[in-house]
This record gives sequence, C-alpha cells and structure tokens, in this order.
Amino acid sequence: MSTQDDQTHAVSEQETEGPAAPIILFFIIGFAASLVLGWGIFPKLLYSQKHQPINFNHALHVEEVDDGCESCHYFREDGSFSGIPNLESCMECHEDVIGVSEEEEKFVAEFVVPEREVSWLVYSRQPDCVYFSHAPHVIAGKMACVECHGHIGESDHARVYEENRFTGYSRDIWGKNIAGLAKHPWERMKMDDCSKCHVRENVNQGSVQTQKGGCFVCHK
Amino acid sequence: MKIDRRSFLALAVGGAAGTALTPLPWKLTDDSSIWSQNWPWTPVPEKGENSYAFTSCTLCPGGCGLMVRMVGERAVKIEGLEGHPVNDGGVCVLGLSGLQLLYGSTRVKTPLKRVGKRGQGHWKKISWEAALAEVAEKLGQLRDDNQSHTVACITGSKHGTIPALFKRFMTVYGSPNVMTTPSVGDTLEMALQVMHGVEAQAGYDVENADYILSFGSGLIEGWGAPVRMFRANSAWRENGTKVVQVEPRLSNTAAKSDQWIPINPGTEAALAMGIAHVMMKESLVNNDFVESYTEGYTGWKKMVLDEYAPEKVASITGIDKMVIVKVAREFAGAGKPLALCGRGNGETPGSLAEAMAVHTVNALVGNINQEGGVVAVPIPEYAAWPETGLDNTAQIGMAKDRVDGAGSDAFPLAASLLNRFAAGAMSAKDYPVNALLVSGTNPVYSTPGANDFKKAVEKIPFVVSFSSYMDETAMQADLILPNHVYLERYEDIPVMAGLQKPMVELTQPVVFPMHDTKNAGDAIIELSNAMGGSIGDAFPWESYEACLEETLGDKWDVLSEDGLWEDEAFQPAGWGEAFATASGKFEFMNPDMDLMPSYVPLNLEGNASTFPLLLMPFDSMRLASGFISDPPFVIKAVEDTILKGKDACVEVNPATAKSLGLADGKPATLSTPKGEARVRIYHYHGIMPGVVAIPRGLGHSADDKYMAGKGVNFNELIGPVEDRASGLDMAWGVRAKLAKA
Repeated sequence: MSTQDDQTHAVSEQETEGPAAPIILFFIIGFAASLVLGWGIFPKLLYSQKHQPINFNHALHVEEVDDGCESCHYFREDGSFSGIPNLESCMECHEDVIGVSEEEEKFVAEFVVPEREVSWLVYSRQPDCVYFSHAPHVIAGKMACVECHGHIGESDHARVYEENRFTGYSRDIWGKNIAGLAKHPWERMKMDDCSKCHVRENVNQGSVQTQKGGCFVCHK
Repeated sequence: MKIDRRSFLALAVGGAAGTALTPLPWKLTDDSSIWSQNWPWTPVPEKGENSYAFTSCTLCPGGCGLMVRMVGERAVKIEGLEGHPVNDGGVCVLGLSGLQLLYGSTRVKTPLKRVGKRGQGHWKKISWEAALAEVAEKLGQLRDDNQSHTVACITGSKHGTIPALFKRFMTVYGSPNVMTTPSVGDTLEMALQVMHGVEAQAGYDVENADYILSFGSGLIEGWGAPVRMFRANSAWRENGTKVVQVEPRLSNTAAKSDQWIPINPGTEAALAMGIAHVMMKESLVNNDFVESYTEGYTGWKKMVLDEYAPEKVASITGIDKMVIVKVAREFAGAGKPLALCGRGNGETPGSLAEAMAVHTVNALVGNINQEGGVVAVPIPEYAAWPETGLDNTAQIGMAKDRVDGAGSDAFPLAASLLNRFAAGAMSAKDYPVNALLVSGTNPVYSTPGANDFKKAVEKIPFVVSFSSYMDETAMQADLILPNHVYLERYEDIPVMAGLQKPMVELTQPVVFPMHDTKNAGDAIIELSNAMGGSIGDAFPWESYEACLEETLGDKWDVLSEDGLWEDEAFQPAGWGEAFATASGKFEFMNPDMDLMPSYVPLNLEGNASTFPLLLMPFDSMRLASGFISDPPFVIKAVEDTILKGKDACVEVNPATAKSLGLADGKPATLSTPKGEARVRIYHYHGIMPGVVAIPRGLGHSADDKYMAGKGVNFNELIGPVEDRASGLDMAWGVRAKLAKA
C-alpha cells in the first residue's frame, strides 16, 4: 500500500514541475469574454431590426393638422383609445396623393388603392398580459402625450423597430439601454416604471372596480 | 505553458462571474416570463375599434336577442341584448360560446359528395352547381318514375319561412312526407286543439304567477326560453313566489325550488289528477269558469272523484297523501297559481293525456288566458304563399299516406311523427323511402331509438343534409349542402318557447360567410329552379332574402330595424271568445277521440326481471342535446359528476349501488333493451332507489375531438313509445340494468 502511495505522489510532483499555467489569466479571459458577450453581442443577437412599412414623418403631419396628436390618435366614443389610425382614417386625407413625398406615393399605391391595412409596428405595445388604458392617464390624469411617448411627434422619420426575438415585443418596453437604465419615462416602460410613477404621484393603487391593490390592477 | 483542467475551471468561473455582471441572465429571465405569459400561439382578439352587430340566437328555440361585439369584420364576443323581451341582456353558456360554432373546426366548408362508404367520412369537394344539379337529377328521376312520395324531408323547426319553403318544395314536388323535430310544444298544441279547439301554442305568464307547480319541467335547465326562465326564477325569489318541483330526481331546478316532491318516475299525470280530485272534492275550483265556460265537467269530475282519490294517487306516485292534499289546497288558494309540464328541457313530447291533465289543473283554478296563467298564443302564420298548381305527379304523390302515419285515422291530431319514421322506413309497408332531405336538425343523434333511426337512414338510397356541421346525420349523407351558420345568415324565428305574446325575430348576418356555404333557403329556391316546371313556378323569388322580405311584408321593416316583431296589441281572448270547440267552451273530454286528461302508464320496454332498474335522462344547461352539440368551451364546463374523462356518469342511489355491489367512481355497464354502454358509477342521494339517470347531450360520434367519443347518447339506450292518442313519443325512461364492467 505504502509503495503505491509513494509512486502516485512522485508522478503528481513530476506533473507540476512544468511552467504553471497562470490561473488568473484564464479567469480574466473568461470574465472579459462574458462581459463582451453580455454587454455587446447579446443585445445584438436578442433583437432583430425591422422597418416600418412606410417611413412615417410625424413632424410633417403635426404641422398640417389642427388638433395636434389628437387629430389622429384620439379617444373613441366608448372611451377606448384609437392608437395608431387605421387605413380609413388615413384615407380621410390620403385618398389620393396630396403631397410630393415618395413615401406617400408608395403608401397610396400599396395600401390605399388595394385597401389594405398597414401593418404598423407599434413601439409602445405592452404584452397582452398587461391591461393598460389611456383614458385614466390622459383624460383623468391630464397627462400630455409627450410625458410617456417623448418627442415622437417631432420626428421626421420612422426609426428602426427592434423586435425581441424571444417575446416578439418591441425593444422600447425594456428600453434601448440593455442595463435597463432610463432617464425619461419614454425610454423604458416596464412594470417598475409604472409603479414608480404611481407611487410618486400617489394615485389610486387599487383597482377601481374591486378596490383591491396588487397584481390585478394591470394584470387582469 | 500547460493548459489543464484548472485552466478551464478558471475560464468558466471567470465567465460566470462576468456574466453575472452583465444584463444577460436578468434580461433572459424577464423575457422568458413575458414569453411564457403570452404564448405566441394563443389566439388573442384582434385590436381595433369595437362595434356591435345585432341578431337573434337560433341555438335553441328560446330566441334570445344578441349583440355581437365586433372588431372590424371579426366577431369577438357574443353578449345578451339589453332590453330584449326574452333575455334582457342575459345569455346562456351555449349562446355565449356561439363563436366557436362560427370559427370552430366542425364546419362543413363547401358542398361535399360522399366517396367512401356511408359514415366513413370520405368526401369529395364539389361545386354548388354540381351538387344542386345532382339533387335535381336524382329527385327528378324519382318523380319521373312516379315515386315522388317516396322522398321524405325532416326540418328542425315547424314554423318560419325555411321549414315553410321545404314544405312548399315537397308539396309541389309531390310528397306528403315532411317531418319536423318534435318537442313538448307539439303535445301542448294538441292539448289546446282538443280542449280549446284552437290552433295555438301554450304561453305561460311565468313572470306574473305567484305559485309555480312544475311537473318535472327543468325550469332552470333549458325548459322554455332558458334565459327568460333564469330571470323569472330570480324574480320568484325576490317576490316570494313559491316554486314546487315534482320530479323523481334532485335536479338543479328541484334544488332551487321551495319544495321538492320526489315522485315515482312517469306518474306526474296521476298527481295532477289527484290534485284535481282534491280541488273538486273540496270545492276549491273557480266556479265561474267551470260552470259557464266548460263542457263535460260533470262527467269528468265524476270519473276523477271515482278514480283518483288521494290514497290511490299516493300509492301510484309514492307521495304522501297529506302532501297531495296540501299542495292542492295551496295551489287553489294562491292568487295566480300556474302548473307547468314538459320534462327536463322539453325536447321530448310526452303523453298527451298528461299534458291535458296538467292543463286541467290550470283550468280548474280559472287561469286560462289570465294574467299569471296559461295563454293560448296564436301561431304567426305569415309564411303562407298563394297556392300554385300541382301537376299530376304531385297530386298523385300528395294523395299517398304518409310514411309516419301522421294525420291518418289513427293519429288525426298529428302533423308529423318523427318517432314513427324509422319503423315506417324500415318496414316499407306501403312504399320504401328512396330519398331524404334533412335541414336544421340531427335526427340520427337526437331521435330516441337512435340506432334504429340510423339503420333506417342507411337503407335510404339518397340522403341530402343541409347541415352547417359534420354531425351524425351529415355523416350518413350522400351529399352535404352546407347552410351558413346563424351568425352569417338571415332567417326569421317565430318564437315558440312558451312566451305569452306572438313574437317573431330576425336572425341577421353579423359577419360575411366564412366558407363556400349557402343559406338553406337559397339552396331550396335554386334547387326548385333547377328542377323547373311547376316546381320552379312555385318559387318565384330571386333569392331567399327577397322571399323573406316579401313574405314578412310590413313586419320586415320592423324586423330589419329592431330584429324583433312583437304583437303589442295582443290580448288573450276572454273566456267567452277563447274556445272554438264544438260546444264553444273549454272541453274536459273529447268522447269522439276517446281523449281525456288522465294518467296513462307507460308501457316500458323490456321485462322487470332482466332489467330491474328504471333509467331516466336529465338535462343540463351545460349540455346541448338537440341539433347543436356542445362547442369546446361548453363541454369544458360540464362537471365531473356528469362526465368523468370519457365516461358519462350514471346517478345511482347509494342503497341501490350497495345492493348491486357498485362502488362510487367505478366503471360499469349500463344496458337497456336497446343497447348497452360503458358508464361510471356516481353515488347520488338525490335520486330514488331503483332509478338511475344519465345526462342527455353526450355520446356524439361525429363533430370534433372535443365532443366525439365522450359519454353515451341516451337516445341509443331508449326507444320511442307511441302515445296512443297523439302518436308522439311518450317515453320518459326505459328499463335498465347495471353491472360491473
């Protein structure tokens, strides 16, 4: 028994005789690579880049209409919010080409003439498990569009829509910053952002119907 | 430098530490939770502006008004129409699930021609032109051979333009064999015909009654117009109306009633007679009515006093004598008492003598055509077009005896006896049935003696179904000419579900037809035109919609605007004018027809030693048992005391179960003289010993995977038993036996 132990000991000593690999180096390589992967490559892999069917110019439209955002994004009679206008609303003005832009020409040819709804990509669409209503915010809370949606009304082009390959929702929900940091409300629209404002403004934390707080206010 | 295991470990540890400091794990965790809460394959309603389309439900005879929430062209939810006289905003679970009948998988999407054997389900798509041409050719051939009378037709409803168009087609074609799907409404119509001498349906002013005596009617289980009955039931609770439920089984209705009187199955008429006995003996009847407005009272009274003494009735019904006397006194003493009949949801016609017995209980307290009573409601007869000439073939065909014997000397009161059709077609006594058209009904499933009915249909060389769904009858067809479903089509619905005013509703399309289907009305008009001659001449309309508009006349404007036409001015006739019998009075008996309100025991099939138990069906709001079968949402809502896995549960009293050695929840074989089925035992104290019950509406072999192969079809375990007086099926149950599986 003792002989065998001696031999084993001898062999292991022999192995460590060569130049020792710097363990710390490998640790640093692993550490650095994962940082590059997590901060740099992962966000690029996670989101696909999509373009709107029509490169919409908000700034131009806002100049032309009388009623600001509400000219197109209005509350319906039943209190629900119209969101992105449907083709019928667009056609109130664009039954024919009325301007000089190529995008408008394309819009009329591809959508108006064949009466095909435009499949707009909605940057701010919350997942279906979230119940969100504009009315309490805009009508009761008297919030301006810009408070949540930022200066979208001033943009002269439709920016790239980044779709989460996993969930199918827009990157705007999590925010451009992959760390989830945001300065303004329109840079991130996660649950914590909702509750942060609700707490700060001391608004009703419970459901209007049940007077109960918690999950069921938004997750019905 | 040597790279060893420790180097890799260091790399991995470094990687893990680094990853923890990146957003990757936290972001992926968040995303996976979002993903798993919003499975991309779960359908969600379309987004967009909501609008409402208005129509009427056709899934049962109740005639609820519906508002369908739409997003664009897509129907997303069915809701009850507020302010509607039938349902006022309410809707039942079947009505609520109607969208699955529109968008679901059981639709027949295009005309189909059978290519395999009958029932195999092998079909070839064909065009409407080809399908109609084939029907026209086959029927034309039979007509050329003077066999027009050998063509039979079965429709769902009796009233309205669609059944009327089929009937008109059959008349000008030359066949008297038009049958409709029976219900207790037919029996009650006959009772009114005999006792009042009028053609009317029985309406019940349930809202204004203050004492309800129900002889087995499933008041909250589909009887009448179901949603109206829910509302009435709630109103009774609030205004203190007493509800007495007479029924062998503790049904939901019995459980919600103020008094449940368990009774030996099938002896309800005896109880009604016993109650009449007590009321007459104790002079609790409405003297004004019986003395001035009735005929044959004295003779009938004598018979009742002789034969239905409470002691005797107690021995027949199993109800304590004092209970009978007390109920009779309470009923007579109430301000507006009302007795109701029609077992369960009223889909089975029952005995005419029994319907007359219950009607008599109402008559004795003088609640005929009174507030809170029974009202003889005239049937809206607008679907009556000018007669067109019948050619020689048609005249010869129409002169033949009907295959079901309705209207013959034996059954002069009956207009249609679907229960006798299978036997008539099988025996081919006078002539065989060479072709069958079926529209708006599923008789292969829903006729008692379903297996015999199927055999009879298998024998018919040419079967055409107009069903929107691949149901059991469509499976037996040679050609399917699919109708639009109700949310895609126009159809008038004269409401015949016990309402106290004449009412017609309009089913209107809320969506464009999804598939290559055609309104059965259009199909029959086009078929007639394809056949030409005097047949084509009888159908001058361009389309069914044009026919409907013309037929409804001034009602059309109201109907297309409001979806509902109500005879606002209707007032029940006073006792002086109400009766058109030979005597001009309410007649207790009809000696010519040897008819009177009485207790006629059912001759149960099978012998008591082989089949010691009595099997009854029961109905549930969660089980559709007629033309429509449960959509997936509804079958999911069926409790596991009714359907456990794929087995229907049979309700057995624990005492009976113990004597048979049948443990709760265990499989068993239920057999009757008609067939046997695997069931699961459910020990239930709410059913009397010796009686067992299974639900109706299960045991489909057709439709989709959600419905087919679940439970047992009660209609396969029971056969029809002919009522000598009416010819209709009077069976309420069948002898049975239970054994361990």
